[in-house]
This record gives sequence, C-alpha cells and structure tokens, in this order.
Amino acid sequence: MSNHRFTDTALSEWMRGNGQDSDIVISTRVRVARNLQQLPFPLLATNQQSSEVLERLISVIKDRERLNDFGELHVIKLSDIDDLDKRVLVEKHLISPNLANESRNGAVILTEDESVSIMINEEDHLRIQCLYPGFQVREAWERATALDDIFEAHVDYAFDDKRGFLTSCPTNVGTGLRASVMMHLPALVMTQQINRILSAVSQVGLTVRGIYGEGSEAVGNLFQISNQITLGQTEAEIIENLHSVALQIIEHEKNARQRLINESKLRITDRVMRSYGILSYAAVMDSKEAAQRLSDVRLGVDLGLLEGPASSVMNELNVKTQPGFLQKTFGESMNPSERDMYRAKLIRETLAAKP
Amino acid sequence: MICQECGKRPATLHFTKIVNGEKTEFHFCESCAREKGELIPGTSNGFSIHSLLSGLLDLDPSGKGQNAGAKPAQTLRCEECGMTYSQFSKLGRFGCSSCYKYFSDRLDPLFKRVHGNTSHVGKVPKRTGGVIQLKRKIEELKKELQFRIVQEEFETAAEIRDRIRELERNIAQG
Repeated sequence: MSNHRFTDTALSEWMRGNGQDSDIVISTRVRVARNLQQLPFPLLATNQQSSEVLERLISVIKDRERLNDFGELHVIKLSDIDDLDKRVLVEKHLISPNLANESRNGAVILTEDESVSIMINEEDHLRIQCLYPGFQVREAWERATALDDIFEAHVDYAFDDKRGFLTSCPTNVGTGLRASVMMHLPALVMTQQINRILSAVSQVGLTVRGIYGEGSEAVGNLFQISNQITLGQTEAEIIENLHSVALQIIEHEKNARQRLINESKLRITDRVMRSYGILSYAAVMDSKEAAQRLSDVRLGVDLGLLEGPASSVMNELNVKTQPGFLQKTFGESMNPSERDMYRAKLIRETLAAKP
Repeated sequence: MICQECGKRPATLHFTKIVNGEKTEFHFCESCAREKGELIPGTSNGFSIHSLLSGLLDLDPSGKGQNAGAKPAQTLRCEECGMTYSQFSKLGRFGCSSCYKYFSDRLDPLFKRVHGNTSHVGKVPKRTGGVIQLKRKIEELKKELQFRIVQEEFETAAEIRDRIRELERNIAQG
C-alpha cells in the first residue's frame, strides 16, 4: 500500500498556505459526528460490535459513483500501524489522540490530498472531518455535509426527532458539528488585547483551544476557535456565527499589526530578526521556543519585514518539529535533549534551503 | 520530587486544581498520571470536557430527588446497554443511543446548561427523516398562516391552510 506517504511526509493540503486570509487563518476544520443505529457507542461496544461498525462504514466507500469527486480514498486501520506512525498522524491533525490511543477497531479514511479524514470508532462511530487551508469555513462545511449525505444513504444513523444526531458526548448532540479555525494572532498577543478578545468570543457560543484540541495549550500564538453549541442552532447558523466572529478577529489582528508597524517598527523588526537569527543558527531548540520563534518569523514575513520562507514552509515546520515527526525523520528513538538538538538541526536546514 | 501516587518514579507532571477557590496540587509521574487520566497535554484524557461535565451531571434537577414519578438518579438505568445514570454522570458520555431515551427526564436541564437549548433544529437525515422535515415545514407554514391572517390576506391564508392539510395528510399516510 502507498499509505506510507501519509506518515512519511509532513505536507498536507491544509498546510499549503493558500486560501483566503491565510496570513492570519492557517487552516479551517469542520467535523461532523455520527453514530449508527442499534449499536452501542464505541465506549461500550464489544470487539465484535466495533468491527461490525468498521465493516459497515468502510463498505460505504465502495460507492464510487457518489464519491467520485473525492478521488482515491485510503483506509488505514490503526491496528496496522505502529505507535510512531499514529503519533505522526496526530501531529498532522489527520486523526485525534483519542483515535490513536484509545480506539478499538479504529480506522481512518483519507483522501489523496489529506483534506478529508474520516475517523471510525473514535468517541463516535463516525467522524467526518474536512481540513482546508486558510479561511474556508463555508467550503469545508459544504464538503463535510456532502460526505455525510453519502454515508447516510448507506447506513442508518442514530437520530432522534427532538435531540437530533445522537452522540456519545452530550456536548456534540444535535448537529454533531464542530467547526473551527486555527488563527495566528501574534499582534493581538503582543498588544495584550488577546484576553479581552478571547473572553468576548466565549460569550457568543464559541470556545478557544490550543492547536492540538481539548486541553492543549496555545503555543506559538496559534489559537483554535470553534463553536461550543451543537444543539438548538442550525448548521448554517453555527457556520455563519464562526465565520463572522473569525472575520472580526481577523480585522482586529490586522489593525493590531498595523499599529505595531506604525508605532514600534524598529522593536518589532528587531524581534523578528533575532528570532530568525536564532532559528538559523541555534544548536538546541525546545518545542516551546521553536513555536514562539517560528511565530515571530511568520509575522515578520507577513509584515514584509523579512524575506523569509513561504507560509507553507512554516506550516510544515510546525508539524515537522513535533516529537513524533522528529523521530520519524532522524531515527526511531531519541530522548528529549536529543530531540531538541534534532529540532534545531531541522529548522536550520529548512531555513537555509529556503532563502 | 517523587510521584505522590506510586511513590517510586520521579514526578514530572505538576498541576494545580482550583475549585471554588480551593487549591489542590498534584505531582505525578507520567505513567501514574496517564492511569489517572489526569492532564497529559495534547491527549484527550486530562481535565477533559467529560470530567468538567460530570460536575454538571451530578446535579439533581428536581432538587432532592423528590420529583414525583421521576426515578432517583441512582436507579436510573438504560435498558439497552445497561449504563446507569450515575455511571453516565461519572463518564460524561452515553453508552448507546437509547440512553437518551432512558435518561430523558434528566437531560433537559443538562442540555440547557451546555447548549442553552434542548431541541435540535438542524439537519435531518434525508432517507429516514422525511416525516420530521414535513413536521417542521408544517410548523413554519402555521406561523406564516397566523401572520397572513393578522395582515388580513385571507386568500393567501387559505392557500397556506390547504398546503398544511395536504402535508398533514402525507404524514398520516406515512
């Protein structure tokens, strides 16, 4: 199988750095959670039941006629790959930590460009996920709902008149929809407006997380903003709400960037250049520092202060400098200090290669 | 510092939990922390939404469980998968789709808190959800009917009334 490609290379469609407002919105993700009727949720499913779920859902992708638009589809069963490859898929955001570590008869279906990832036997039987570069909330939803329709044509979903699509966790019930944008907001952080903005966001039914989802910390000025409410709003309302709030945050970030340039160009240039210098020459680099310095360089490039690497290279570096990917690139096992050394090496070489 | 759980390995994860101003510190080694499902950054266990939720789920909506007719939380059980309400409130997750039915008395306050709403208004399965779509359409038409009557547009109102009847007939015939 050619599935090695998914774990050997870092670059995914969502990292390409194109798409609308891609200087601020790195990527957009829409996820739909569904379950099959009459089978317990993965939490309680027996081995036999979860393998039945797997079989039934995988058989749907034989519907080539309706899936024509999606190109070739690759199925990866989690039991067929080792822990390192699982970790790499998590770092690329193609699967969740939950699917990697906890699932029974778990699998993921990927499109060739990795913009669609369909997880089976995660917390719910089926999780359809579309991952797009830049700010494309509506587009990602269109794609996800089209796939949802195809699955629905073949399997009976657990659905209730009153509660909507039934999910294992009460926070997903109703639409089962979670839409999110990953935003790079360095100027709002530097000008100390971020907390005010994030608390405002939480008052309109949205929530903010780090880039690796629930419970993860915001590193490198990257914030994942998503809808909190899934019940009692239509999908269109949820999508439009996220869209319009994200638009406003983009505006605020743009204004803050402009203010930085107008009021403290020398200071910000110095900061960007220092980070670029350190990334270009450092021999040891921990993940937190790497994320922060990469954020500085990205901002410098966006502001035209620095002729640095393209944003796709930066996106790729963010993923490639994660522990799993480093091990994959430089050898099977390394301790944390070796990891910091290899991380520094990888960044140095990447920056040297891309003037 | 040594892990407070196993007392053997060095503690590498330290965190502070503050609940209502009451501060508790934890020091675990990685493997004990994982076992306890406490904070491991980037994984989905940790102080997840589920543990947060279980705080909400413990609430007895009827106050003291005296609500006439409603079973006390301890004995409430899903006949389909066997999950009890108290298990559900610990795990923060349902065991199967029937749990929604067996726990239904207690779910409105929960959904109200989490979502601010208790009923779904979004997408409906195309193949199996036909009736729901019709019902929703009827609700919409009834609202419009009221509006037209208030506006004294009786001809339009009559047309709408006929459409409602037709849709209702469709539902009755399955």
